[in-house]
Amino acid sequence: MSTRLTTGGRLIDRAAPIDFSFNGKRLSGFAGDTLASALLANDQMLVGRSFKYHRPRGIVASGAEEPNALVNLGHGARAEPNQRATTTELFDRLQARSQNHWPSLEFDVGVLNKHAARLLPGGFYYKTFIHPRAAWKHLFEPIIRQTAGLGAAPKDGDADRYEQVYAFCDLLVVGGGVAGLHAALVAARAGARVWLVEQSAQWGGRAPVDGDLIDGVPAADWVDAAVAELAGMAHVTLRARTMAAGVYDHGYVLLDERLADHTPGDGRPRHRLWRMRAGKIIAATGAIERPLSFACNDVPGVMLASALRDYLVNWAVVPGQRTVVVTNNDDAYRTAIALHQAGQTIAAVIDARDQAEGALPAQARACGIRVETGKSIARVKGGKRVTGVEVCRQTGDGTISNFLACDAVAMSGGWSPVVHLYSHCGGKLIWDDAGAMFRPDAAHPPITHDGRAMVIAAGAANGALRTAVADADAQVRIALKELGVKARKAKAPRQDLPDEAALQPVWIMPQAATLGLRAKAWLDFQNDVKVSDVQLAAREGYQSVEHTKRYTTLGMATDQGKLSNINGLAVLSEALNEPVPQVGTTTFRPPYAPVPLGALAGEARGAVFQPLRKTPMDDWHAAQGATFEPVGLWRRPYCYSHPNETPQQAVAREVKNTRQALGLLDASTLGKIIVKGPDAGRFLDMLYTNVMSSLPVGRCRYGLMCNEQGFLSDDGVVARIDADTWLCHTTSGGADRIHGWMEDWLQCEWWDWQVFTANVTEQYAQVAVVGPNARKVLEKLGGMDVSQDALPFMAWTDGSLAGFGCRVYRISFSGELSYEIAVPADQGAAFWQACHDAGAALGAMPYGTEALHIMRAEKGFIMIGDETDGTVTPQDLGLDWAVSKKKADFLGKRGQERRFLASPERWKLVGFETLDGSVIPDGAYVAAAGTNANGQRHVQGRVTSTYHSPTLGRGIAMGLLLDGPDRMGEVVSFAKVDGSTVQARVVSPVFYDKHGEKQNV
Amino acid sequence: MSDAVSPISAAGSEGFARVRQIGPLGMVTLRAKAGTKGLKAAVKDATGCALPDKRRIVTKGAFRAGWMSPDEYLLILPRADVAKALAAIAKALNGQHHLAVDVSDARAVFRIEGAKADQVLRKLCPVDFDRLAAGELRRTRAAQVAAAFWRDDAGFTLVCFRSVAGYMGDLLRLCAQPGSEL
Amino acid sequence: MLLLTCPYCGVEAEETELAPGGEAHLKRFGPGSSDDQFEAYLFARKNPKGVHFERWRHAYGCGKWFLAARCTATLEVFGTYPAQTSGPPDDIIARIKARRPDWKGFA
Ligand SMILES: [Zn+2]
Repeated sequence: MSTRLTTGGRLIDRAAPIDFSFNGKRLSGFAGDTLASALLANDQMLVGRSFKYHRPRGIVASGAEEPNALVNLGHGARAEPNQRATTTELFDRLQARSQNHWPSLEFDVGVLNKHAARLLPGGFYYKTFIHPRAAWKHLFEPIIRQTAGLGAAPKDGDADRYEQVYAFCDLLVVGGGVAGLHAALVAARAGARVWLVEQSAQWGGRAPVDGDLIDGVPAADWVDAAVAELAGMAHVTLRARTMAAGVYDHGYVLLDERLADHTPGDGRPRHRLWRMRAGKIIAATGAIERPLSFACNDVPGVMLASALRDYLVNWAVVPGQRTVVVTNNDDAYRTAIALHQAGQTIAAVIDARDQAEGALPAQARACGIRVETGKSIARVKGGKRVTGVEVCRQTGDGTISNFLACDAVAMSGGWSPVVHLYSHCGGKLIWDDAGAMFRPDAAHPPITHDGRAMVIAAGAANGALRTAVADADAQVRIALKELGVKARKAKAPRQDLPDEAALQPVWIMPQAATLGLRAKAWLDFQNDVKVSDVQLAAREGYQSVEHTKRYTTLGMATDQGKLSNINGLAVLSEALNEPVPQVGTTTFRPPYAPVPLGALAGEARGAVFQPLRKTPMDDWHAAQGATFEPVGLWRRPYCYSHPNETPQQAVAREVKNTRQALGLLDASTLGKIIVKGPDAGRFLDMLYTNVMSSLPVGRCRYGLMCNEQGFLSDDGVVARIDADTWLCHTTSGGADRIHGWMEDWLQCEWWDWQVFTANVTEQYAQVAVVGPNARKVLEKLGGMDVSQDALPFMAWTDGSLAGFGCRVYRISFSGELSYEIAVPADQGAAFWQACHDAGAALGAMPYGTEALHIMRAEKGFIMIGDETDGTVTPQDLGLDWAVSKKKADFLGKRGQERRFLASPERWKLVGFETLDGSVIPDGAYVAAAGTNANGQRHVQGRVTSTYHSPTLGRGIAMGLLLDGPDRMGEVVSFAKVDGSTVQARVVSPVFYDKHGEKQNV
Repeated sequence: MSDAVSPISAAGSEGFARVRQIGPLGMVTLRAKAGTKGLKAAVKDATGCALPDKRRIVTKGAFRAGWMSPDEYLLILPRADVAKALAAIAKALNGQHHLAVDVSDARAVFRIEGAKADQVLRKLCPVDFDRLAAGELRRTRAAQVAAAFWRDDAGFTLVCFRSVAGYMGDLLRLCAQPGSEL
Repeated sequence: MLLLTCPYCGVEAEETELAPGGEAHLKRFGPGSSDDQFEAYLFARKNPKGVHFERWRHAYGCGKWFLAARCTATLEVFGTYPAQTSGPPDDIIARIKARRPDWKGFA
């Protein structure tokens, strides 16, 4: 059984017991435990089921590489699936549930899948479920959905908060082991601004566990001293529990800091995502031990040798009473020795090598540990727990030589440097034959903006498994030199490690294992990919490692192949009879380990999910209970419903009231850009399709802007303020874009023209006073002459109304008598209220954007974004009158001369009146005779705006139609989504006040 | 005329840094190319400040002059002095190509104060605050909107567009919440 | 995420402070130009693996457009410079040639 020893455990505090639960079972651990160590201390070896066959799964590793021990953590608003037990720090009342089993962990119906294993070979997604078609929907998919999948998605909103912070440093050191600590020390002593991050809660990495000596002192003491020195320097930032998730362009690194995972609900953000910009990155990310591929290596109780050592030394937990160590290298002997020294029984060390004569094997033998060389494990016995191993010759086919009873197996296939951060931005790897590993190729690093290396690997991550500190010293000096920081001359600390003999690459155990054994030798524990699956993929023609990965799902589980990658591609390379480096690796992509979505969202949720732009009158609208709609980032009132009134009824009332009495519109969102200078007129003549330089001071002119293709981009009224100043109105939400467009041409094309622009959109609140009583209300407000003589249609003037300094434009977007009045934004709410007060007796009512849209459609005025979609020219919309024929050039002129744009066959703007008075559906097309090659009806036109007109009491629409203006009176038919049609007569797009008399009184 | 109404109410907050909206202030955007005859005098006459160097803001009592771009300056002054300042600029730059415009109402201004005020902004702006120079006017992005700020002894003054004053106030208070000190 | 120094205000800005503007040094063709010239102006864009010239606007900063020379493969930045020029300045060309001896030059 798996249990806690009565003494030892460098990380636990036995004086601080902690209660937690697993699958509802109450268990206890100590402060300093991980969930994994606490589960093992409580003999909870079985922690989950595998993805495909639902085989029992136990804890294999002790860190981020753990493939099996993923749990549902917490409940309700603090529920999180797929949390790694090995990296989850234990806290009081932690609740964990195993996942990927149904109905229970102990009895799982999906285990039947293993009997159907024949049906689930590599590539089973593509093979098994194809036929019959109906079976997928009704049989396979429901069963797979029920039995497969990982944790359950939380149902409640996340109760925690998250934040992001921007940070900058000269040197970011990732990994708080001895290599990282030393690199940080050298850089910090040289005065560089240094960050050192470590994904776990402890500094020091493996060295303290293995009892290394550094400069003659125990590694743990050296680590304490290094951390203390670094912590004392103001220009150094130390962050434990902080994982470097990804390295991106130009030194950008995402660091995920786990602030309150272990202290839930303490008021701190749960995670903090640091958005780091580093001048240089040292990846001192260590190495991960590889499993060995022997039959039934997935039975709970089979673990990485280093993990077993971690559990023993850090948490005083032993997963078994009698352990077999299986290895191809000397390092695994440390586990045997450590267990022996802790009073545990080692059944044997099974060493695949013919000889094991290094210092560590010698020490093991001296302890009385039995060492069997040239041997391997043929098969692990046991179901939910290891009961023993069958031993065979490594060079054979698995013929059993003897049986060893045991309840734990410690395996070691050598070590793989953690090269993820080096690889994220394109750093290349080279194959190291001696270590049988890929390590960073310093000749081909990822490049940053200055053309130099962005990431430099150091220590075990650089393949320097046994000379980590010395390598870190060399690498950090390279980094500092490239950063232009002078490092002090000093000797690197001495690491005293026993000599180790070479490892022997072992990818399949035993070497000539039978198919029966290979079909039980797991490469990817979570995704159930076995040696035989990869070999099958190779036989079926998958030669690229990237293809094999997708076909077999090797390395596609949540551990992203941290354990399986190298073994899998070595098996592939053997099957293809090609050397490993020829086969290559799959691409490492961020994140290194999962990051919560909340951390990626940061502050952008709830009220600040995105900016909400509000006008100066917004409070008033809200107080009136307005229904809002987004226009760009602005929120604008859509309508103002009275009690017991639907929005539709409110819109109809607002339209009628405006046409019959007086409507007030908050038009503040309208873009307002000042253009001034000796060349301003010339500039505007280039920008607009019509002539603006000739506009007299005091007058307004409607103008169109096109892009260089000749398509309409924006429209609005331009006012001439003085001899060299114009004010250009843009569409709501178009101000920033058009201002940018102006600046682009001024800065990049006509930089010698003397023109300045200023976007003054937000300086003014603008109120449209609209309807037959518009003049009366302004006269009531008083202060200036707003008569037809003093202020005719399309004129503007400065003045004051009711004491508010203002600029009044006599323009109309509704066809009614209308004034648009701009006042300083701070005065906007007060002026708006004054208009309502003065207008009360004249029938004043506010109206929203929908009434605005209907009134402009009744008048046949186009709306950018409705009648235009980036493929429509002014000529398409019958706006030829606003396109100058005289000007030699304007933006879009050459584009409009293109044959396709000048073609008479382009669809043109017309109005549509349904015969039955109904409203044509949005976006409906006008059907034409015949069908195209795809069997779809030919079309000859489409609707661009369609409304119910309260004024006319019927459906009206504008749209584009082939030969439209020549087809007045003709009836066309619109196709509806339900297959039926609606008949409409082609009419003028001006439905109301065809001669424009009302606005000009 | 009614009293000026700031875009959002100037409620403070109880975070690890104090956040409050200030104003109303007067603001003038002045556009003129460096070296324009009379530019120095215009800024001096309008604010009493020297023409600011690249990315700097010059303070003289209640008046400031900030460098916004190679041909743009932001003048900050008491609201009551705006008309006077515009007149002074018009006079000093008479006959020279320039643009001066009142933007007092188009902006919202916040103060973030306290020993950890910088931490609030570190969460919002991609700016290296350790390298922020004294008297530096930094234009940047705060979360999803444009902003400009400078540092003084007591904290930071941040300027943003008026329409997003509510968003900015919410952001600043959110980032100053107790328990989220860096 | 790129880091580019705005040549106008000197800020080393990250990509989120900038707005991209496509290929630099395009020559505008207006009325009177041939179909081929106009097509090239509107649509023909270089897509090199290697040295490239681009337009960027310091949108969340000083608002100015500037140009950048960088390597699209390694993201090495050879330099940034003001937009008021029809071709890359000599110092930028010299720097590119120093870093990429086999570069064929600006065309
Ligand atoms: Zn700039």
